[in-house]
Amino acid sequence: MNEKPEKLIDKKGLRLDGRKPDELRPIKLEVGVIPNADGSAYIEQGKNRILAGVYGPREVHPKHLALQDRTVLKCRYHMAPFSVQERKSPAPSRREIELSKVIRECLEPSVFMEYYPRTMIDVFIEVLQADGGTRCASIIAASLALADAGIPLKDLVVACAAGKADDTIVLDLMDEEDKLGKADVPVALMPSLNGITLLQMDGKLTHEEFETAVNMAIEGCKKIYPMQKEALKAKYMGIKEEAEE
Amino acid sequence: MPTFYEPKQIVTPGDLLAEGEYLAGENTYIENKKIYSSRLGLVEYDNKKVNVVALKAFYIPRIGDLVIGTVTEVGFNGWTIDINAPYMAFLRPSDVLSRPFKPQKDELSQVLNIGDLVVAKIISYDRSHDPQLTVAEPGLGKITRGQILKITPTKIPRVIGKKGSMISMIKEETGCQIILGLNGVVLITGKTLEDEQAALVALRKIEDESHTSGLTDRITQMLKKNKPKEEENKNE
Repeated sequence: MNEKPEKLIDKKGLRLDGRKPDELRPIKLEVGVIPNADGSAYIEQGKNRILAGVYGPREVHPKHLALQDRTVLKCRYHMAPFSVQERKSPAPSRREIELSKVIRECLEPSVFMEYYPRTMIDVFIEVLQADGGTRCASIIAASLALADAGIPLKDLVVACAAGKADDTIVLDLMDEEDKLGKADVPVALMPSLNGITLLQMDGKLTHEEFETAVNMAIEGCKKIYPMQKEALKAKYMGIKEEAEE
Repeated sequence: MPTFYEPKQIVTPGDLLAEGEYLAGENTYIENKKIYSSRLGLVEYDNKKVNVVALKAFYIPRIGDLVIGTVTEVGFNGWTIDINAPYMAFLRPSDVLSRPFKPQKDELSQVLNIGDLVVAKIISYDRSHDPQLTVAEPGLGKITRGQILKITPTKIPRVIGKKGSMISMIKEETGCQIILGLNGVVLITGKTLEDEQAALVALRKIEDESHTSGLTDRITQMLKKNKPKEEENKNE
């Protein structure tokens, strides 16, 4: 497990887990998993396991943080100590604080912030098991949890990463590709409005490579979007079928 | 001017509902002359107006609404009341006592204490001020007996039914008095605990299955089916 693989892409052009370069990891989505929260969602993407809970809109504490013209969106991204191979300290690390901010700013354009002044919406994201691309998976789950809480949204936010492993542009990086690969480009998208709410890059890419990576990530997002919608509807469709029998 | 969904179909935030000469109703918004949904719910096309009936939402106060709330704080000049909304409501003593309020004389916690439930009406609210309540009207005031049930506020209209068909049916079948707080809190007072329980179960079922068709009939059947059993038990 800890041995470094020599190559990320084999002779046949397949990746370490047997995926093609433009293939997503299998995704499972569930909505309404935390009864105490106003809205919640759970995502399994490859070996990623992430829970998201949303509370609010509710009163702001401490009160001086309240804004007179819009709601305050608070976001906490946290990795469980057991989510990675080596125990991670439960205290928020530099990386987690940064990701919390990044995810918040990525969700903000989708929320009608001005509808509920002087209130706060709390988003809690807990990574139970990490396998690369947790920020994208977290965004997918958090957006679903917001919709489940009944908070008015312009659109669901979908996220997906593309990157460069060895010399190939690949979609939806997993842990090894993230660490040993040459670049990582996470993209978040509001598909109905065609708006990008997050675009980051680390590593080095040429202009052409960057463009292919972004387009590939957008295609990935568009594949995940219908799954997100289905997950939201599934919570109510089951009851409907049962009752109308 | 196309529309993209069948009436009563479930839509999610961001779904394109209609294009062109339509009006954006509840839980929808317009961008570039296109109407999108902003909540998870059921679409309704009402002439030119596109509405989405939300499956889950929270209560936003409106002036004149009847609500049921819990006292959470007794202050020097009034009570803070949780009305199940993002904002805390305030109740002033002059709206509760039938005489002028004297801070030296009156002990507010003797009138309403923390944890007490009240049926109240919203008399003022806007974007920059928290809602204010009053209980100075017949039928309003402290709740002394009965059962409380919380349901999603958007489902209150479904509980009422067409021209009150659902609620009057439940009242008739169970013999309970039911007060619907528009904030999603329901008070049920009946003669016996069994009656209250029956109404409670019916209301819960309505909440779970509000988006299905033929609900009134199913609730009627359920209540009628459970009724004879209770009578048999009484005979034993």
